[in-house]
Amino acid sequence: MALRRRHILSLQEMDAEEIRFILDTADSLREILSRPIKKVPALRGRTVCTLFYEPSTRTRTSFELAAKILSADTISISPSTSSVVKGESFRDTLLTLQAMGTDLFVIRHQCAGAPLFATKIVNVPVVNAGDGMHEHPTQGLLDMLTLRGVKGRLEGLNIAIVGDIAHSRVARSNAWGFTKMGASVRIAGPPTLLPPELEITGAKIYDRLEPAIEGADVVYVLRIQRERMDSGLLPSLREYTRLYGITPERLHRLAAPGAIVMHPGPMNRGIEIAPEVADAGYCVVTDQVANGVALRMALLYLLLGGANGPKE
Amino acid sequence: MRLRKEGRPVQEARAMDEGEIRRAITRVAHEIIEKNKGAERLALVGIRTRGVPLAERLAGLISRFEACEVPVGALDISMYRDDLHTRQPVVGSTEVPFDVTDMRIVLVDEVFYTGRTIRAAMDAVMDLGRPSAIQLAVLVDRGHRELPIRPDYVGKNLPTARSEEVIVRLKELDGEDVVLIRKPDSTPAE
Repeated sequence: MALRRRHILSLQEMDAEEIRFILDTADSLREILSRPIKKVPALRGRTVCTLFYEPSTRTRTSFELAAKILSADTISISPSTSSVVKGESFRDTLLTLQAMGTDLFVIRHQCAGAPLFATKIVNVPVVNAGDGMHEHPTQGLLDMLTLRGVKGRLEGLNIAIVGDIAHSRVARSNAWGFTKMGASVRIAGPPTLLPPELEITGAKIYDRLEPAIEGADVVYVLRIQRERMDSGLLPSLREYTRLYGITPERLHRLAAPGAIVMHPGPMNRGIEIAPEVADAGYCVVTDQVANGVALRMALLYLLLGGANGPKE
Repeated sequence: MRLRKEGRPVQEARAMDEGEIRRAITRVAHEIIEKNKGAERLALVGIRTRGVPLAERLAGLISRFEACEVPVGALDISMYRDDLHTRQPVVGSTEVPFDVTDMRIVLVDEVFYTGRTIRAAMDAVMDLGRPSAIQLAVLVDRGHRELPIRPDYVGKNLPTARSEEVIVRLKELDGEDVVLIRKPDSTPAE
């Protein structure tokens, strides 16, 4: 089997078989990360360009590390230190980088749809590393990889996604991904941060925390995006913490025995997640980060392998 | 490997049956012990997919003959292939649950053909550590080497034409032990 698509833009467009194939490939590649010499020659001579119009630590580092472990070369472009500050357009930036021999673009952009737009400009694979409030498919995939690794399966799990849903591309990708893999997804957050259209993913929507995490096998906590909070959507962070914060007491009282806690990072300790929860053994945030590298290795291998990757 | 197409005439000749395979593996196990003067610091590493059950069988025999444990690993060489730009194999996992440094590693594969798989496997093993020696055991040597690599232990030399296909089926994966040579189809290629 090979990947049937040339770009990774969203989980909405993927099917369960495809997702499973990507996760299986990542599982196979994870062993490389535990070796003393973490390098294989699979993508020698290929160039991966990460083009990030928004700040990022883990996603960008994770992609670059994945590329380097597979022996690809990496170019890393940030608007603040590039010709974008001189007014170069997104389109011209892409064409310039393609002309320099980029074999794959990893793009993060504040506008939803920017990676899709890029696929119409360049003729190499494009991976969406987060576009506006749309999707963050590689985060969704690495979360599924982590959860499958911990629980052994995704089918039949009860997953509660909690927090600032409206601004969260992670919530969208995960709601699509988890429901496609047969998990049942509940979404909870303050009414001002709940977009109604998320029901099309098959998730159930709650405006209170308790019913959403009752019996949950997984509580997926989203970051309160303070940088997007200037329009008075929340009365105060303290009130948010009181009503929606994930505390050991709430987990113990409501979630299923053996429940785990996930968070895409970076965490606001003491706001959406209590510090005791963030540091507990059932919080798998560091597993998520490690799996992120394996998952991105799998995607780079699948998109760049074969004869220039599958054609559209 | 190509799937058998039902209802299409393909000429297949049986090159080894179950007994021949069993005797060949037993002989190779003895040869490995003889050449290494025992089984000390010896480990077998099977190349996925069909090298793995062969490595396990050989390790079982060597353990029995020498009354000691011989570790076995499984190697996936997809990441080391030299033809990744033209094809994309499904990646399996490498599971070598011991340190290869200062071990005598016997690579095990089912068919020796161009030698390119073995070149990749040697690179893969070297990335895991520094073995004191690498040797190669194969069930079938079908000829047509393209690299200066030669197996140390051969179950059977099987001269073939390049157009022929050698198919090894093993009980653990395929339900039977047999080696087949498939002649080129008379029907035109699709």
